[in-house]
Amino acid sequence: MEWIQQLINGISLGSIYALIALGYTMVYGIIKLINFAHGDVFMVGSFIGFYSITVFGLGFFPALILSMAACALFGVIIERIAYKRLRNATRIAALITAIGVSLLIEYGVIYIRGAQPEAYPDVFSNRSFEFLGAQISMQSILILSVSVVLMILLQFIVHKTKTGKAMRAVSHDTEAAKLMGINVDNTISATFAIGSALAGAAGVIFGVYYTKIDPLMGVIPGVKAFVAAVLGGIGIIPGAMVGGLVLGVVETIVSALGFSLWRDAAAFIILILILIFRPSGIFGKNTREKV
Amino acid sequence: MKKSKFASLFLSSTLLIGILAGCGSGEEAGSSSEGGDTIKIGANLELSGGVASYGTSEADAIDLAVEEINAAGGINGKKIELIKVDNKSDAAEATNAAIKLTSQDKVTAIIGAATSGNSVAQVQIATDTKTPMISPSGTSTTVTVGEDGKVNPFTFRTAFIDPFQGTVAANFASKELKVKTAAVYADNASDYAKGLAAAFIKDFEAAGGKIVAEESYVAKDTDFRSNLTRIKSANPEFVFIPGYYEEVGLIVKQARELGITVPLMGADGWDSPTLVDLAGADALNNTFIITAYSSEDPDSKAKEFSDNFKEKYGKEPNSFNALGYDTVYLLKDAIERAGSTDGTKIKEAIEATDQLELVTGLYSVDENHHPIKSAIIIEYVDGSQKFKTKVNP
Repeated sequence: MEWIQQLINGISLGSIYALIALGYTMVYGIIKLINFAHGDVFMVGSFIGFYSITVFGLGFFPALILSMAACALFGVIIERIAYKRLRNATRIAALITAIGVSLLIEYGVIYIRGAQPEAYPDVFSNRSFEFLGAQISMQSILILSVSVVLMILLQFIVHKTKTGKAMRAVSHDTEAAKLMGINVDNTISATFAIGSALAGAAGVIFGVYYTKIDPLMGVIPGVKAFVAAVLGGIGIIPGAMVGGLVLGVVETIVSALGFSLWRDAAAFIILILILIFRPSGIFGKNTREKV
Repeated sequence: MKKSKFASLFLSSTLLIGILAGCGSGEEAGSSSEGGDTIKIGANLELSGGVASYGTSEADAIDLAVEEINAAGGINGKKIELIKVDNKSDAAEATNAAIKLTSQDKVTAIIGAATSGNSVAQVQIATDTKTPMISPSGTSTTVTVGEDGKVNPFTFRTAFIDPFQGTVAANFASKELKVKTAAVYADNASDYAKGLAAAFIKDFEAAGGKIVAEESYVAKDTDFRSNLTRIKSANPEFVFIPGYYEEVGLIVKQARELGITVPLMGADGWDSPTLVDLAGADALNNTFIITAYSSEDPDSKAKEFSDNFKEKYGKEPNSFNALGYDTVYLLKDAIERAGSTDGTKIKEAIEATDQLELVTGLYSVDENHHPIKSAIIIEYVDGSQKFKTKVNP
């Protein structure tokens, strides 16, 4: 019984990592930028959801959609202001800018509203029911189902729509895509919009599931999502999902074995091992990078 | 209040050495005011800065106590003259304030500071100038016992020390709730929580109980479900969770979601309105915390204080108010018994304090200058705190 419960705990945690990792991996896949500000977009999304529920009195789903829309816009603004002009700069310059943007968002939010934590309102039934002797809360089911729906939606966008086709083309070869008449700038903006919307959704779900939100809440999940993306193969969408779930389950198992203080360490040991033995991740093909 | 501030302590002690070296031998030790028709008492409190709410709460209650005592004729016929100094919630400022109080104002005794770190910053000055100092709410053992394990001769405290709360929780669990098995889930990143957990385990086992699970978390975690699942499968009748409200709120919520229905208990680190927001009122039912004071305490002395305080300030007193108030009466009692304003005599009188009736309960001092006193258990009922019982030493 205990193990079924632990598995459920792990999957719930993993779905949140997976949702954040999806945005991470998309941006990396298209413009090879490790967007360290992604975790902070997640935080902003969580606060937008919080204020739309408490101030505007919206329900869970309207708040989720509002937060996704606002984060999509926010992501595009970040890209246009901070990253666009660095597109041909060195990778390290873009990386350092991303770290700068991350700190700017974190401390900007602290400046506006202070650093004190906030308790998410109870918008979703707190009810839980028994399943094979384990307790499953409605919230766990909600997280998993929203994550799965968004992932399916994302796969659909990437593989079936024109924008998705353009994204794949830009990812494959930016120059050639440009020659074929694809508007690269708009495609990259669309990538940021979709990735940030997913982070916003993850923020609202996180708030509902874990109750406590604060301006620095994006830091650890952001790093964990990065690990998840690398684990699954950075740039690969199903890889991010699997990587997130695996990471969540592994962390839970480590705690379940009685090593709860080693939980974060386990995540980083996974990162180190994967970088040593399979740098392209679980789903990645071992190709040399173009020079 | 709880987190020790070794860095600032170090800074302030270096600063102090500098100041003392600068003063040379100008200051004569032990020159507190003798004679005159007032007794000067210094209050070195956090009136501004990060923890100003503690300091100002105590200052309000100290004012009230001094007014009452003066209206009733003072101490041994002498009125109290209160000299308040703001230490700006800063250890170096607390040291400076203590130097001012002892050398310029030549006070008989010092009340303060509210937090452990700012109290420790004054210890050396209190010792050197033989001025008794009582911290109303410094709960770290280092306020009265130095790093070397020796008791600081002139420092005392009104509040109980952190590990004592673990003892109270163990007694409450084994005697009041009559549980035989317990689990402990402690914050591994805080000395406060570790001290409480160790005291709880020792005393609960001594009372014949059995610890069936021991888990730990780290401050800033948000997911506690896997540890709580382990605790649940160990099937304890009681869970002790020393920690601070930010994490405890989530722990209580997640524990109830996982179907842990047994009583949960914590200490003063839980005491915040945010706890109720985080955990939810339902989840908090059947949880208990320890505090020094409850305005619902039916004891006549506590009731009288609560009424007087409400009349003067128009609000319910909190535990910092009560501790500040008690500190003045503790000092009054000692000065009366000493029959003198000599620092050493007052110190000896405080050390001999036995079963003194205060607002926060019966007060005695042990050989480490820690109080032996009553604690109050509060139960959460539908999100509000209800007085449950008072545990006397």
